Amino acid sequence: MYPSRFGYESPRALDEAIELLSRGQGEAKILAGGQSLIPMLKLRFASPEMLVDINNLPGLSHLTVDPDGSLRVGALCRHAQLERAAALAGPFPTIAAAAPLVADPIVRNRGTLVGSICHADPQGDWAAVAIALGASVVAQGPSGRRRIPVADFVSGPFQNVLAYDEVAVEVVFPAAAGTAAGGYLKLERRVGDFATAGVAVGLERSGAVVTRAGMALTGVGGATIDASEAAQALVGGELTADRIARAADGAAAAAKPRGDHRGSAAYKRHIVHTFVTRILTRVADDVERAA
Amino acid sequence: MTALDEIKIGGLGASRRRVEDNRFIRGKGNYVDDIVLPGMLHMEILRSPVAHARIVSIDTSKAWAIPGVRLVLTGEMMAKRNLAWMPTLSYDTQAVLATDKVRFQGQEVACVIADDPYIAKDACEAIVVEYETLPVVVNPEQALATDAPLIRDDKENQHDNVVFDWEVGDAAGTDRAFAQADLVSKIELHYPRSHPSPIECCGSIADFDRSTSKLTVYMTTQAPHIIRAAVSLVAELPEHMIRIVSPDIGGGFGNKVPVYPGYVMSILASILLERPVKWIEDKTGNLISTGFGRDVYLRGEMALRKDGRILGVRMHTLSDHGAFFADAQPSKFKIGLMHSAFAAYDIPAAHLLARGVYTNKAPGGVAYRCSFRVTEAMFFQERMVQAAADDLGMDQAEFRRVNFVRDDDFPHRTAFGFLTDSGQYGKCLDVGLEAIGYADFQERKKEAASRGRLLGIGISTMTEPLGAGNSREYDILGIKMFDSAELRVHMTGKALLRTGAKTQGQGHETTWAQIVAHELGLPAEDVVVEEGDTDTAPFGMGTYASRSTPVAGAAVAMVARKIRAKARKLAAHLLEVSEEDVEWELGRFYVRSAPNRGVTIQECAAAAYSNMPDGMEPGLENVAYYDPPNLTWPFACYIATVEVDPQTGVWDVLNFVAVDDCGVRINPMIVEGQIMGGLTEAYAMASMQFITYDAEGNCVGSNYMDYLLPTAWETPGFELHEVVTPCPHHPIGAKGIGECATVGGPAAFVNAVMDALKGFGVRNIDMPMLPDRVYEAITTGRDVSGHPPVRQDD
Ligand SMILES: Cc1cc2nc3c(=O)[nH]c(=O)nc-3n(C[C@H](O)[C@H](O)[C@H](O)COP(=O)(O)OP(=O)(O)OC[C@H]3O[C@@H](n4cnc5c(N)ncnc54)[C@H](O)[C@@H]3O)c2cc1C
Repeated sequence: MYPSRFGYESPRALDEAIELLSRGQGEAKILAGGQSLIPMLKLRFASPEMLVDINNLPGLSHLTVDPDGSLRVGALCRHAQLERAAALAGPFPTIAAAAPLVADPIVRNRGTLVGSICHADPQGDWAAVAIALGASVVAQGPSGRRRIPVADFVSGPFQNVLAYDEVAVEVVFPAAAGTAAGGYLKLERRVGDFATAGVAVGLERSGAVVTRAGMALTGVGGATIDASEAAQALVGGELTADRIARAADGAAAAAKPRGDHRGSAAYKRHIVHTFVTRILTRVADDVERAA
Repeated sequence: MTALDEIKIGGLGASRRRVEDNRFIRGKGNYVDDIVLPGMLHMEILRSPVAHARIVSIDTSKAWAIPGVRLVLTGEMMAKRNLAWMPTLSYDTQAVLATDKVRFQGQEVACVIADDPYIAKDACEAIVVEYETLPVVVNPEQALATDAPLIRDDKENQHDNVVFDWEVGDAAGTDRAFAQADLVSKIELHYPRSHPSPIECCGSIADFDRSTSKLTVYMTTQAPHIIRAAVSLVAELPEHMIRIVSPDIGGGFGNKVPVYPGYVMSILASILLERPVKWIEDKTGNLISTGFGRDVYLRGEMALRKDGRILGVRMHTLSDHGAFFADAQPSKFKIGLMHSAFAAYDIPAAHLLARGVYTNKAPGGVAYRCSFRVTEAMFFQERMVQAAADDLGMDQAEFRRVNFVRDDDFPHRTAFGFLTDSGQYGKCLDVGLEAIGYADFQERKKEAASRGRLLGIGISTMTEPLGAGNSREYDILGIKMFDSAELRVHMTGKALLRTGAKTQGQGHETTWAQIVAHELGLPAEDVVVEEGDTDTAPFGMGTYASRSTPVAGAAVAMVARKIRAKARKLAAHLLEVSEEDVEWELGRFYVRSAPNRGVTIQECAAAAYSNMPDGMEPGLENVAYYDPPNLTWPFACYIATVEVDPQTGVWDVLNFVAVDDCGVRINPMIVEGQIMGGLTEAYAMASMQFITYDAEGNCVGSNYMDYLLPTAWETPGFELHEVVTPCPHHPIGAKGIGECATVGGPAAFVNAVMDALKGFGVRNIDMPMLPDRVYEAITTGRDVSGHPPVRQDD
């Protein structure tokens, strides 16, 4: 598999990278972990004139919890770093649940969460997690920084709202008010397979009462599906069987799956329903056990 | 003098470490793509994006204009040299480069030879082809419809899409058996198309030297001598001017037996350009255009007596061969060894009707780690057996036991005419049932039900014919299926062994030396094994169909025995006794009446060059050609237990027990590796792997994101057991083992899932048993067929 001819630059400073992107006028592409871009180049699905490799930029590998409890994931933070960060399990259980399910161990050593969200594959796992948790992308361009909620960041399959001269420098996950709960479930045919269907749920609760709920779906639409509206059924009360059923019904209705070799549309919808139920039932069981 | 310890010298039964791994794990293997020749050019193939279309025009001018492009070949140019079509190993024709039409997605349409592969790829993209699309046929039902488009309109007298109609067995006798039946059990299923998918794709470097007229081709082939014969035929070069070298091969599994258009084009390009031309196929090219496996619709019925005896079997097969009938199989039987089905069972009458059809799909292959349809045969057999046991209300293990060919019934002529010669089927089953805990399984099932989970147990027992041929029934291009070994013992007792087989992961470099060690008492490490170069190796038919140990391995034993016979004469000379007074023990001849007086095999070797008796020809070399009297018949019993989640259709393997009887094991570690690898492939086919096509003929499964190879992560653990029934006709009692697990494994998984779903009124779920299919079966109570093309939308 031989890509088309392309130029390659490896800047040492963020400004330099942005300068190169500006000059590229949309024909330059950022190379982060390369786990999506390189296959696209080899299959000649993408033929950019220039690759701007950001792997040598300083200060982008961070995985930091700020004093206010929010989590910042730098553009060069690899999936594997997230997988190994045991401390995330308490404050960010959805991230902890998803990290070991993204791709396979080899891909996780190089691929990045930020790159995954930029790539905007409807079957990418991180976008669903980020949307469920209300995360934002921090983008930097020639005229400075801006913050874009991930829910508004992905504009379609393999499309995002970044200008060609902007770099996503990090993704910020806000701290939970109260206790964080939630999870991520993914049906895959094999390790390293993209999701047949995936469900991310992010909850905040005060005692047994849910105070915030976010939900997003992987692989069941032309883009990651924000099912937070369905999740509103959970807010303001305890996780009763009835509320769980309404959230699951809502999520299944929000899914827009297509039948393919992974499974029929009806089946994928059913899996969304089952996974929402399973995640929420597990949370409810945990709450009960804690009480 | 104490006798040599055979295990210590790496003889029969030693789990000797694989000598080839020494270079492989250091990255020092030498594959086709590692070979770089001076002045070498690179070839890329332009493939058809559509499945069925008339070629209106091909414009190569933009490709020629790219600097570094040396040659652009199209079908028209090939046709001028009478090379647009080539014969297949199944006596059909296959397009090398399309002239009139393209008949499957991925078919070769043009190729470019350039200074580097990037340029060649760019130039391929610059070729403009105008297609006029035609209606597409992606399954046999469509192919047989009266208004179906004619795919092979290039062939005279071909008026429909039927490749062949063929039958075997006793139709009238089978009818009589069914008339006497208390009960008739039926099953219908599809064995999906899969792909051998070696990690290394196909490739070649053709190097034609005008000054010597010699053509050397480095090639990923499992059968270099057959390729030499085929090249000689197609390129009209004499054999002594063709040298085929098969260097290290990164997996074959049957994919590297056929002759592919890429090989032919690289050869022609080298002849035209008088420079070496390298072609290395990419993964997509390999998956969408080269030899696949299976793709057969199987339907059949079994006549049963109330007491559980099988009276007769009927089978119908409808096989999808793609656009060209290019099966690489050497038997005289159109549907390969499909009728080896039911060989383990004592069945009075059987009949098989086979029909093959053309479709707009990739051609060729058909054997993926299996002897020409044995996989489909055994899968059908074991699915049928389970259905019959269920219909009779009989325990599935007991039903098998009642119908097995008994240990004292050998040799046994099967209803389809094969001759099985040995086995202890009942014992293998007992070992398996004991190991899996069959007696306690119903208890476990109840416990799981209380957790909302469904447990199932699946058995697959089978004997399969391995090791083509004998020469009566098996040939390729008229060449009989024997094999060969040549042994040179040097003066110091070190040796060089060459065979007509070709290792691709099987470990010949290790095991052949062990056979020599067993026969001659030379330490295995003193024997170097070489294969794959037609200028040096004796003529042989290559490695596939589990034939290496049964045929080439037998030749190794036979050539070693020839060497031993000469060494005995040398020993008699050295010991100054007559030959009749000389006795052999491992590694040493001694005087019968004075056992302390002896000479080692190494001393005999030295004498062969330095101290031979008067009149004896010097040297200690020989060659043996071996034509096996029969196939070998290993037996396997595989048992799986699974747990199904009825809410999602996801199933997990709880335990898997494998009991293999492959006769005498040369290297038990390598045998176990073969079984583990085969079971992993069996699990893949059962759970996740298939190549399918949408209604437009687009191949779904054209890369490793869609065509799934299982990883260590999800592959279950396998518990291995052995029973040893030596092969009665093989010189060291060995039988084939390379394919047993791929062949017999899938039915164990499917039977287990079907057993778990027993209460739901479902009889069959086609492989791969993806969770959505299992869930559909549970919720609808109906069989789930993999038959329709992929549903793009619901
Ligand atoms: C075998 C395999 C299996 C996989 N399985 C899964 C899976 O199950 N689930 C899953 O979610 N993913 C999976 N992936 C994809 C993987 O997670 C990638 O790592 C991820 O999608 C992209 O991250 P990256 O850092 O590799 O980005 P790259 O490949 O380097 O870039 C991807 C795209 O994002 C852009 N980009 C990257 N970083 C930035 C940035 N900082 N600012 C702006 N644009 C940027 C690039 O220009 C490019 O267009 C798999 C990949 C492989 C090879």
